[in-house]
Parts: sequence; structure tokens; C-alpha cells
Amino acid sequence: MPELMANGIAIDDTFAEAFDMRATAIVITAPTDRWAAQAATTMTGFATSVIACGCEAAVESVRSSEQTPDGRPGVRVLMFAVSTAELQKQLQNRVGQCVLTSPGSACYAGLDSGEDKLKLGDAIRFFGDGWQIAKRLGARRYWRVPVMDGEFVCESTTYLTKKAVGGGNLIVMGKSAAKTLAATEAAVEAMREIADVIMPFPGGIARSGSKVGSKYKGASASTNDPYCPTLKGAVDSALSPEIASVLEIVIDGLTSEAVAAAMRAGLAAIIELGAERGALRVGAGNYGGKLGRHHYHLKDLLP
Amino acid sequence: MSSLTFSPRDGPEQRLDLSPLIAQNLAGKTVAEIERIEVGTTRVRVSAGDIFRIHDGDRDSILIESGAERFDRVGMGMTSGAIRVEGQVGVEAGRLMSGGALTIGGDAGPFAGSGMKGGTLEIKGNAGERLGGPLSGETIGMSGGVLHVRGDVGARAGDRLRRGFILIEGRAGAYAGSRMIAGTLAIGDEAGDLPGYLMSRGTILLGRGAALFSPTFGDCGEHDLVAAQLLANYVGQASAKLAGLFRQPLRRLAGDLAALGKGEILLPSR
Repeated sequence: MPELMANGIAIDDTFAEAFDMRATAIVITAPTDRWAAQAATTMTGFATSVIACGCEAAVESVRSSEQTPDGRPGVRVLMFAVSTAELQKQLQNRVGQCVLTSPGSACYAGLDSGEDKLKLGDAIRFFGDGWQIAKRLGARRYWRVPVMDGEFVCESTTYLTKKAVGGGNLIVMGKSAAKTLAATEAAVEAMREIADVIMPFPGGIARSGSKVGSKYKGASASTNDPYCPTLKGAVDSALSPEIASVLEIVIDGLTSEAVAAAMRAGLAAIIELGAERGALRVGAGNYGGKLGRHHYHLKDLLP
Repeated sequence: MSSLTFSPRDGPEQRLDLSPLIAQNLAGKTVAEIERIEVGTTRVRVSAGDIFRIHDGDRDSILIESGAERFDRVGMGMTSGAIRVEGQVGVEAGRLMSGGALTIGGDAGPFAGSGMKGGTLEIKGNAGERLGGPLSGETIGMSGGVLHVRGDVGARAGDRLRRGFILIEGRAGAYAGSRMIAGTLAIGDEAGDLPGYLMSRGTILLGRGAALFSPTFGDCGEHDLVAAQLLANYVGQASAKLAGLFRQPLRRLAGDLAALGKGEILLPSR
């Protein structure tokens, strides 16, 4: 594969292939930073991939008390799914089981516009068993649901966007696990500065990239053997002899521009770290360009 | 462009119905046509030109210089634009308005903002009884918008309030928020007897309590309500004084338990 070189790092002349998704956003607040983060962490647990989790979700940003509707610390969570119905189901279940239950929490719409609306408080309010109270403030409507530590305040709806993109990615390759992880961590940290994107895997990083299909019936995905360093001598490997570790960053964004910006920021961070301390090579995952309509060519994203 | 200005000639000899003098009714009319609009309420015919000297200007920005207690139904049914009255007005100012901004520089009579559905009505002086309330035979009162009175108001303010905000910085008469269906009524100073009488839902905030509370409200204790912060932020756009009342621990009285009982009266605990 033809390569470009940047600060000693080989950049594959390839592209990441990403897909249209449905997405929404919510803002969770709580009496303290800790409990806002706790509610969001619980809600976004087991939300790494739509393959088996139903949705992909993560904390997008931390919000100060000046940036939230109720003047308390908060976080913004993004959630992606393949259909509106699945997104509604996941939102309802996760807010109901993980945010409603978290001490002192409140929940608000995290998107101010979109093609459609999803039920937020409108789906949770029934927990109030008739004691819930609606309060309309201008164009926004909130539900107050009595709970054992006071009231759970939840905005009635949040917006849905159909312009979201899921599956932007970078494949980071290095000569040791430690250096590969250092480069990938640097990339994720840089990507977290970009608005409207999440990296849904643990800490933003996936070590078990997958290929479509499997030799076993019933498995829709299986290990990406061309990128497994321990199989270099056994399969048609994509890795050169000096590569000993590979990690992947998957990026979901509310817009295609946000995904591109995140990939650009991640690439810049990897290149800045350099080959000596970080990665030897960066690639991207695609399916030949036939499945997803969003193609992010690495050569176009170089700093 | 300057405002379309109505300068009163002399004190009117009869009560006037000024409801035709609203933006959507004056659009496209010449000053001469506006002068011919009838505003009388008796057998003696009176037109706008008999009462006012009219200075041409923007139909979406109407100024009535020097108001009068006989100027009834100012801004009634308005849907857009701004009307400003430099002085007092009579009954039913802003009744059934659904948009725009009506500002009364002085006092307003009974039924100000009666049944209003949207927009903002600001009364810089005092207001009479049944602020925002329905007329006889009507089943709901105010159903949207913001009604802001900087002074005191008479009895039954917010009667049958269904949606929207009534903000009173001064005192309120007896039965404030009577038969409320929903919505929010905030009173900065003391309310008269029996606030929230037979209210079903909705929120009444009393900055300095009331002369007499109904025994059909249940004390739910003192709370730091997240919803009160949201209310404070919204109310703060119109009144910093009332917003400040929401930003503190509040005692919650649930009621009226003689009716549906899903409303609340909030009281500062200090």
C-alpha cells in the first residue's frame, strides 16, 4: 500500500469508511461533578458498538455549572443507533435505569434542533405514578417526577439528527504495545477536544478490531486477523515485521465534519508524538468503499 | 421609522373600546382610515380621530401618549407588534392577546390579560381584580405568555390560569390563583386570604406568605428544588426580584386537596 511519511510515521494511502446513523444528545446534571459523571458513566456502560449493544454512547464533554440549564455541574452524552426506533428504546431504557436512579440527577435535551424529536421525560414521567408535574418554560417543557431524594427533573423531549456518522476510525500500529497505546491515547485526548464526537470504546480505544463475517455460523463479526500481530506469519497479514501491536479508535459524530475534524486532530497528535515514542504507522478501516457513503482519506487529514 | 402615535385631545366623554387599534388591524390603513375607526361604546358615535391626534408611523410600534382610565381593551386580541401606553388604562387590557408586547406605563383596570394566550404584557403600576382571569361563562383563564405587574393586584389574580406565567412584584388580593388549572403565579409580597383556592395543578410562589392559608393544603416540608432553579432562570428574564425568591430552599404546600390536589404553593423558608 503506498505510504506517506510524517515525522517518521508511515501514513497509509487509504480511507476510513463510515456510515449514516441516527443520533441524539442529552445533558445530565447533578449536585456535584462526581455524580454527574457517575450517572453518565452508568448510562453509557455497555454501549461500545451497535453490533451487540443496541447503541454507541459516551460522554462528549463536561459542562460547567454556567453551561447547564439548572446551574449545576453536568456532562453531555451522545448516543448513536442504526434506527430511530432503536435509538428511542435505548434512550428510554438507559435514562430510566441509569439516570433516573442516580442521586440528585436531572436530564435535559442536548440538541437544540434536528429532524425529529425523541421522548425523554415524556417516556420516563410515568414512573411518577400520577404525581409527576409538567412545567413549560417558553418553548421547553420539563417533567418533575417525585423520587425518594426529591424530584427527578427531565426535559420532555430531545432532538434527533439523521445526519450523524458512525464508524470513522484510525488504526494505530507500533513496535510495542506500550508505544502503540501511548500514541493512541494521545490521539484520543486530542479528539476529546472536538465538539460533537465520541469515541465509544473503552477509554476511546478498541483493541479487538473486527472483520465482517466468521467461519462460525451465527457470528456476524470476528477478529480482524490481517491486523493481529501474533498471526503475522500465518495469514495474509497487513502488518510488516516490525509491527507488534495494533489499536483502533472508532469515532462517531453528529456531523461528517465533526468526524473529519476528530480524525484530523488524532492524526496530528500521533504525528506530533513521533515514531520514537509512539506509532510507526497509521491506517484506517474500510470495506472497499461500497458499504458506507462517508470516506475519510488519511492524506486529506494530515496536518 | 417612528411609532404610530395616538395623542389624546381631551378626556373622553364615554368609555372607549380601543381593541381595533392593534397592529394586524391597522396594517395597510392610511392615517385618515385609522381616524375613522369607531372606538365608542355608547349611542354617541366616536371615532379614533375624535379622541386622538394621530401621527403616522410604524404600524407594528404603537404609542398611546397619556393613557386614561376610560381606555378599555387596549391591545385586546393583538397577535404581534408592540403597543406602549404612557399612563393608565381601563378594563381588559391585553385580553386574549396571543403575541407581541403590550406595555402599560401606569395602572390597569380589572381583567388585564384576561385569557391571554401568548406574548408579554407588562403593567408598571397596579392592576385590578381577576388579572389574567376568564370573563363570566368562560372556562379557562390565561393559557400562555408572560403577564408581569410591577405593583399590586386585586383579588383572584390568575383565576383559572391554565398555562404561562403571571409575575406580580407587589401584593395580591384574596384568592390569588383560585381554581388554577396549571401554570405559574409568582407574588413577590404578601397575598391575601386563601391563595390557591381550589387549584388543581400549577405553582404559586408567595414571597411573603399570605394572610390566611386554606387548611386544605398539606405541608410537604422544605426542599432545594432543581425545578425552582429552572423557574428562576426563566422568571429572571422579566423580574430579578421574583427570580431571587426561587433561588433558595422553599417550603412546599401541596393542594388544594379539596380539589385535584396536584398543585403547589412554594414559600421561602427564611
